[in-house]
Amino acid sequence: MPATNAEPIVVVRDVHKSFGPVEVLKGVSLEVAKGGVACIIGPSGSGKSTLLRCINGLVPIDQGSIRVGEFDVHKLKTDAEKIALRKEVSIVFQQYNLFPHKTALENVMMAPIHVLKEGKDEVRLRAAALLKRVGLSAKADAYPGELSGGQQQRVAIARSLAMRPEVMLFDEVTGALDPETVKEVLNTIKALAQDGMTCILVTHEMRFAREIADQVYFTDGGVIVESGPPAQLFDHPTKERTRAFLSEIL
Amino acid sequence: MSRLRCTDALPQRTDLPVLLPAAARLLRTAAVERTAGVFMLRLRAKHGVALVALFLIGCAIAEAQVQAGHPSILATLWKWTPLLLRGFLFNLLISAIAMALGTLVGLFLGFAQISLVTPVKKGAWLTTHFFRNAPWLVLLFYCLFLLPFQVTVLGLTFPIPDWIKATFGLSLPVMANVSEIVRGALQSIPTTQWESAASLAFTRRQTLWMIILPQCIKRMLPPWMNLYAILTMATVLTSIVGVNEMMSLTRQALSAENRPGLLLAFYSYVLFWFFLYCYPIARWTVRLEAKYAVNI
Repeated sequence: MPATNAEPIVVVRDVHKSFGPVEVLKGVSLEVAKGGVACIIGPSGSGKSTLLRCINGLVPIDQGSIRVGEFDVHKLKTDAEKIALRKEVSIVFQQYNLFPHKTALENVMMAPIHVLKEGKDEVRLRAAALLKRVGLSAKADAYPGELSGGQQQRVAIARSLAMRPEVMLFDEVTGALDPETVKEVLNTIKALAQDGMTCILVTHEMRFAREIADQVYFTDGGVIVESGPPAQLFDHPTKERTRAFLSEIL
Repeated sequence: MSRLRCTDALPQRTDLPVLLPAAARLLRTAAVERTAGVFMLRLRAKHGVALVALFLIGCAIAEAQVQAGHPSILATLWKWTPLLLRGFLFNLLISAIAMALGTLVGLFLGFAQISLVTPVKKGAWLTTHFFRNAPWLVLLFYCLFLLPFQVTVLGLTFPIPDWIKATFGLSLPVMANVSEIVRGALQSIPTTQWESAASLAFTRRQTLWMIILPQCIKRMLPPWMNLYAILTMATVLTSIVGVNEMMSLTRQALSAENRPGLLLAFYSYVLFWFFLYCYPIARWTVRLEAKYAVNI
């Protein structure tokens, strides 16, 4: 359920990031409430994926601050600190990135066993339940190479959920899928959001963003051009750039 | 990762003329294996025939020079076979120990080559390339003359026989080559696997051992076996530094017999034994390479 009045769990303030001479993020700020759903839309190369990677510390930022729950992400230095953060914030990638030498069930079980140090039997039950939740009980013993793109992506979501994160980041998770399988993945995410998971999505699925988001951010050229509730941003965009982008793709 | 299975349509789909012959061959290989359901070494008879022919020619030349009162060539070979085989087993022992040692150290040297700590990375790189590009025989001599002939631990003195030093010497280039095999394989795994593991809060060490390395085994196996075959053949180098392996024993047998006609027969006999051992390994390597080359 949207919980816009709750205190923010993710606070991004004026974040700058350059890769060599290219400044990808030029002062980005956003806030996501606990249990809220934020969608980031915008053209390719506008820094959306980089922003997500910054939030869980995969990419260090140059300037600004990122706070997730009790973690000041920009101050984390050691691996141990970053690992503590990543137990709270999980990311799902566009290319699924499942471990190809492990079955679907083992993919889900690996991190809880080796990172959270939980008991194998208990984890197995939990992993089976998670696969059931994403509708893949029948594929538990299949290897990633034997699964379709949509199925792999749902396993990847289950694998992230197995860490019991507070926040889930989705990086264009339907970008590599064909239109028919997009739906099965989106339904999985929608169910998650309805269960109160805090989600930040980078997506090109505008209809989905409108349906699920509490707040939509439109980024271009490394800055957030405009943001607002989906009804406002999609139906009454105030900035010319936003209008142009939306008319291109809607 | 989706796996590209070998299909019969592949040669037609390949636009690169250079790939066509290899693609066709790999397909035949895969097809035969699928129908048979087991892997095959596919030993090529003609390779063996050529060697046996060489051996027989050697025998024939020697036989023609046999003087009255001397036993026949085959009888002479037979007489020396137990001794020569003992030497051959020694070659295999040296190769096995050098390979085990070189692989173990080389594995960690390979890890060090992708270390994030610059001095470790640079040091591993330097070590690897030094030993990879040094002549094996020179390394053997170095080990023989630089290592002590005995060590004293807790008042007990252990002698270090020459063959141990030689084995150690051979393990150095093996180590360097394994290091390169490991580095290459590790770096061939997409970085997204590292990223994905990091996002699940795996440490770098866990990622390496549990996620990256298991995916590398298949890629490392063919070059590793190839290296072993090369090492086995290189063990005869130890004869130069006085280890009593097959080559040294052959030389001793020849001088005991003192019949110049025996040279070709005896040395082809040595070749024959090495061939018998290394050829299946080489063929198996080719087979594995073919198999993994198609399964990208």
